[in-house]
Amino acid sequence: MTDHAFAVVRAGALTTVQDLGRPGHAHLGVPRSGALDGPAAALVNRLVGNPPEAAVLETTLNGCAVRPRSTILVAVGGAPCPVTVDGRPVAWGAPVHVPAGALLEIGVAVSGVRSYVAFAGGVAVEPVLGSRSTDLLSGLGPAPLTNGAILPVGSLTSLHARVDVAPQPRPPIELVLRVTLGPRVDWFTPEAVRAFTSRVYRVSSASNRIGLRTEGPALERALTGELPSEGMVLGAVQVPPDGRPVVFLADHPTTGGYPVIAVVRATDLPAAAQAVPGTPVRFVAVRRR
Amino acid sequence: MRALPVGDDALLVEVASGEEAQAVHAELLRRRAEGLLTVREIVPAARTVLLDGLADPARLASELTASDVPPAPPRTGDVIELPVRYDGPDLADVAALWNVPEQEVGRIHAATEFRVAFCGFAPGFGYLTGLPARYDVPRRATPRTAVHAGAVGLAGPYTGVYPRASPGGWQLIGTTDAVLWDPARVPAALLSPGTRVRFVPVADV
Repeated sequence: MTDHAFAVVRAGALTTVQDLGRPGHAHLGVPRSGALDGPAAALVNRLVGNPPEAAVLETTLNGCAVRPRSTILVAVGGAPCPVTVDGRPVAWGAPVHVPAGALLEIGVAVSGVRSYVAFAGGVAVEPVLGSRSTDLLSGLGPAPLTNGAILPVGSLTSLHARVDVAPQPRPPIELVLRVTLGPRVDWFTPEAVRAFTSRVYRVSSASNRIGLRTEGPALERALTGELPSEGMVLGAVQVPPDGRPVVFLADHPTTGGYPVIAVVRATDLPAAAQAVPGTPVRFVAVRRR
Repeated sequence: MRALPVGDDALLVEVASGEEAQAVHAELLRRRAEGLLTVREIVPAARTVLLDGLADPARLASELTASDVPPAPPRTGDVIELPVRYDGPDLADVAALWNVPEQEVGRIHAATEFRVAFCGFAPGFGYLTGLPARYDVPRRATPRTAVHAGAVGLAGPYTGVYPRASPGGWQLIGTTDAVLWDPARVPAALLSPGTRVRFVPVADV
């Protein structure tokens, strides 16, 4: 195998390959997938001079460790965490040269959930329907990282506008999600809608790339019938029979049969990707643009 | 017809029947093909069509609700034939629900021309309509934890084929060797919304 590759030494709790995802196939039942914290993935790509569509690693809570086979420029961003090369601390949120054969360790997130690791040239696994993203709902794209796996890295054809440092938002202490009500707000009682937009929920530990699950007041339905399956968007707040809102993230199903009470603004979803279990969540109703 | 706003840049067009939904879907595809509509996703479903990634959803909503949607164009194009063995474990239950002898289930099913109303549940899983309403069946009370790839099932008004092994609650009447989903193939999905489908019985080998 080529030297443009890295070996996975410690895969971590859940580390996947992510890029911009594969939108445009929802009518075939294919989720969009892609990095949950898009701005963080875009930033680490810029730090190493990658184009925005380059694939990066997305870690979950406890990082990962890899050993590049050739000297390579990397950058770690998203959830703040210690970064070391052969045990020596190096910068987080800045480009770092990792010598061939050295051990790059991305540590446990100090805050937030998902750290992103860019390699100059991008993770070059085989794309599926135009994307290298791992889709955990339908199993498309590369499998999550496993110890001992070897992943190829591409070569940079041209250096994109590189930055050396860049500010990154802190993971949220309280997650405030702006929502526009509907399309199925009329399936809920007025009390439920009031509770949804005024009470405090908490991020559930059952959250994943498919949805941010919440714990809090159950939302009572005004209509109890069955909703025929309908198309779902990113950020849709679906309310299953237990009454606890679920915010759909990148690997969400393309259709669903539970009513959507509201939709979260796309610009608020990266923060949702970084909210650790237990984080308070408030849904704030805003006017449609 | 209602057009419900979904977030800032999507629209859910809701109609009264599956046929109307197919007509709206066909009309939206026509508009997109003619460059009259710019949209990231057009997702048909049972009674709705979702348009995601619109620049001005409010304007499209008023346009759509003010205009008459022509009925879906007549079914044209190739019919995808799916070889099938009617050997499913729920054949007897379905025969009882249909009030016909067991061997009639396959005959009725294979005599039907289906159309993919919409896709979902898994990549390549189509919800096929075509059976008369008297053949609607409920899902199984207890879903199976594992259904094999190629299983042909019934639920409500729909027929579906499992593209890969998964849990499932549909009433299984048969098996096909057709590959419903292959990401390495172009197109990856054998069935997409609007595709006409026939099941062709094959002898057991």
